[in-house]
Amino acid sequence: MTTKSEVKLLGAWPSPFVLRARIALNLKSVNYEFHEEIFGSKSQLLLESNPVYKKIPVLIHGDKPICESLIIVQYVDECWSSGPSILPSHPYDRAIARFWATYFDDKLFPTMRSVVGAQGDDERKRLLQEVREGLALVEDAFNKISKGKAYFGGDQIGYLDIAFGSFMGWLRVHEASNGVKFLDQGTTPGLVNWAERFGTHDAVKDVLPETGKLMEFAKFMKAKMAAASAPK
Amino acid sequence: MADEVILLDFWPSPFGMRVRIALAEKGIEYEGREEDLSNKSPLLLKMNPVYKQIPVLIHNGKPISESLIIVQYIDEVWSHKSPLLPSDPYQRANARFWAEYIDKKIYSTGKLVWGTTGEVQEKAKNELRDSFKLLEGELGDKKYFGGDRFGLVDVALIPFYSWFYTLETTGNFSITEEFPRLVAWAKRCMQKESVSKSIPDQYKIYDFLLELKKKIQPQLQ
Repeated sequence: MTTKSEVKLLGAWPSPFVLRARIALNLKSVNYEFHEEIFGSKSQLLLESNPVYKKIPVLIHGDKPICESLIIVQYVDECWSSGPSILPSHPYDRAIARFWATYFDDKLFPTMRSVVGAQGDDERKRLLQEVREGLALVEDAFNKISKGKAYFGGDQIGYLDIAFGSFMGWLRVHEASNGVKFLDQGTTPGLVNWAERFGTHDAVKDVLPETGKLMEFAKFMKAKMAAASAPK
Repeated sequence: MADEVILLDFWPSPFGMRVRIALAEKGIEYEGREEDLSNKSPLLLKMNPVYKQIPVLIHNGKPISESLIIVQYIDEVWSHKSPLLPSDPYQRANARFWAEYIDKKIYSTGKLVWGTTGEVQEKAKNELRDSFKLLEGELGDKKYFGGDRFGLVDVALIPFYSWFYTLETTGNFSITEEFPRLVAWAKRCMQKESVSKSIPDQYKIYDFLLELKKKIQPQLQ
């Protein structure tokens, strides 16, 4: 049994990357101490534990730091191997899961975030279209990978559920800010139903930030960025 | 039934080199198919519809894309020989961390060093130096990044050794003088047959990258 202080997670409540680590730890029923980083400053512990990127999340197990959300999720899966499996068991399925998780982080989510900074209507429309096309790919992948079951991971949530589901809050924020629907019954019915199941899952529901709170946070961030770039 | 293993590849690609090395380490027989990236084969477009890029490994008809994902797949399927990842979860996490660091930094920064001039190039050179310094720190006194055993991080980084001559010549600096431990590590890796037969000669790469630079410099600068 792990004592609470043996496992620490450095994070912040709005971060989807931190959410991934929390869900993985919950799935394995690991007790851990959550250290909320103060927005705008970085704790000494964070700077020491992640000198390369100085970013959250950082999992500290004993005295060993593990950085990068997807690497943390894989570590949690391998370390607490008696709990439910997060990665699929077959190497090919694992490769597919890793492929899509990388796609989310390298392509889909950065494109979603970049809509905020779009210069002009044309660019905004182009980026929104890219997001929609990306989500169509994910809908297709979901249908193939879940094989009719509830989650990407089958009957139980797994690596891709965590990788994608952690962004649902921010996806809703972007939908509201842009007055669009990225996930809807017409184009992505599989993902719409999956998102509902994911959001109510035991390992997820208590750590998922409320969309309302995220929207307020987004407004606060936007105001801060505007102030920072305004002429003095 | 014998395994059918096909690698869609492009000879100067550092990402393709990673997969060649992993396959050679494991002694896997495969068919290497050279792609013309200006005229991609229907097979490539079908097997990697999302990115349409090499390398793609096709194992008994099923495609795997993204070089580090392919290398881990190879390691997990052909697990009986030359393990590329350690068994300890923390060491595995550490190996994945550095492999991803290399993925994020070396290709894009290196490209700016050989692909640009002036201020843009200077800035990239200094970023590359910072990365090499960090990597030398991680290597320490070890034989390989993986310790005594050649592993994932070594596979991830060693293809970029083929860029060193180009980087030194275009960037006008000596990697050997500034990063002797890194170069010593690279030469140790090159002594392995799996590595030396997977990595093209530095001068061939130089000619290739100079040609490429002519095409892409305006976008990079």
